[in-house]
Amino acid sequence: MKIDDATILSKSAGIEANILKKNDIAHLFINHDKVVGIHAVPGLDIKTKPIENGLDIRVLLKKNTNVAHPVQMCFGMIPKKGIQRINMDVIIEEHASIDVIAHCTFPNAVDVQHIMNATISIKDHASYSYFERHVHGQKSGITVIPKAKITLGPYARYKTDFELLKGRVGVIDIDYETTCASYSTLEMNARINATHNDTVKIREVGHLTGEHAHGVLLSRVAVRDTANASVFSELTASAAYARGHVDCKEIVQDYGTVSAIPVVKVNHPKAYITHEASLGSVDSKQLQTLMARGLTEDEATDMIIQGLLT
Amino acid sequence: MGILELKNIGLSLNGKTILDSVSLDIWQGHVHALVGTNGAGKSTLASVIMGLEGYRDITGDIFLNGERINDLSIDERARKGISFGWQEPARYEGITIESFVSAGMKEKNKDAIQSALLQVGLNPDEYLHRSVDSTLSGGERKKVELASIIAMDPPFIMLDEPDSGIDVGTLQKMSEVIKELKNKGTTILLITHSLAVLRLADHAFLMCNGTIIEKATADKIIPYFENNCIPCDHKNKPTTKGVLQS
Repeated sequence: MKIDDATILSKSAGIEANILKKNDIAHLFINHDKVVGIHAVPGLDIKTKPIENGLDIRVLLKKNTNVAHPVQMCFGMIPKKGIQRINMDVIIEEHASIDVIAHCTFPNAVDVQHIMNATISIKDHASYSYFERHVHGQKSGITVIPKAKITLGPYARYKTDFELLKGRVGVIDIDYETTCASYSTLEMNARINATHNDTVKIREVGHLTGEHAHGVLLSRVAVRDTANASVFSELTASAAYARGHVDCKEIVQDYGTVSAIPVVKVNHPKAYITHEASLGSVDSKQLQTLMARGLTEDEATDMIIQGLLT
Repeated sequence: MGILELKNIGLSLNGKTILDSVSLDIWQGHVHALVGTNGAGKSTLASVIMGLEGYRDITGDIFLNGERINDLSIDERARKGISFGWQEPARYEGITIESFVSAGMKEKNKDAIQSALLQVGLNPDEYLHRSVDSTLSGGERKKVELASIIAMDPPFIMLDEPDSGIDVGTLQKMSEVIKELKNKGTTILLITHSLAVLRLADHAFLMCNGTIIEKATADKIIPYFENNCIPCDHKNKPTTKGVLQS
């Protein structure tokens, strides 16, 4: 029996097998430049248009729609070589709410580029949560370049979690920039585990332009072997009572290298931003506490790193 | 019978003598206190026994059940039966209490994890899946530390200032746990400058200026410590050995 591409992607990404059959769960599955599964729910409109090596995707969530179950998206490439370009235009209308779980899987990548360009507009009082989980193969031949421009309307909420913990990173170059109107809330999290000669670049920027806008930029990166990571986090508060926090932790082992450049700017006397960063080896006290429970140094280190990336 | 024996332990850091010819015996199944004012060298001695980083370049010998353990790493010492509860325990992002408490268990057993939490007064339903991070209060973190040691079930436990940063109710719970551990035959060394903790001990070692100046039953040390050490103004100098006889 021939297994279809959607099933192959589901298995590779660890998605529950029967999720594609559930009527009340929306999904969008893409292999390379083809839609291999699509299903919407009332109030949610998903349109796709083929482009060279990829797709334009337009997601519209209509006003006052509350999507009950997380939408399952899967962007993958089963072939060993190729480019996947995804141009995504997301509009979450007023008072609408949606959670998306995006699985990105490139199990056989030898020379694959995944290029995502997204514009996301979250209108007044709307909420959008986007959890992007990458599952890569054990070869390093993948380059992931996700870029997104996000705008939050008044009282809007946006949360994004980027997770790449399984398989080789290859090269990843994240660039997210968000502008936040009054009383809106932004949370951007990235957790990446890099090994061998992987390269991680993260640029995350938040502009808190409205009064009482809140933003948190959080990154957790572990590097080992000869992997390298650089994290640039910028948060600007330009209105009264805008509040923000930048938090970067990077753990280095072996011959890995890391850098972090946090930039915090405050352009209003009633705004407030904090930042913390720690780069280096595993905390000695944490390590010795676990060793005093009988864990070897390697076991204790793994446990601490797994915790940090969870 | 002695479970742990220290012979002439000495330690210098940055040219300064921190521990000077410390010798003592820890008796199996008894509660001992290492008592002294701040800076006496109590926590340093516990760190030496556990083999912590920066406290391994010592003179003298440490024997555990007759085996010299100077050259063993922290985890090797732990697997031989020593455990240590920090005065200010480390916090961990993303590690649940369940994972932390079970880390030292030879066989992971959820019932035993829950039992350890209950023993220190933490409701497993409420705490099992919380992280061992800064969302825990100081007292909660100390309880989790103790629960992790209970779950590990080591024959010898050192607790550094078990009463620091905790409220009266938590102290009461800690006292109960220490008594329960003693009743099941666990050997305990309490590092303290608190009379309340000292009163839990059978035996006490009075430490001053990096050395043991008296060894006796706790009830004999208590009045001397209360009357002489707590109001002490000599800042750990000079050291006089055999103070109870002088």
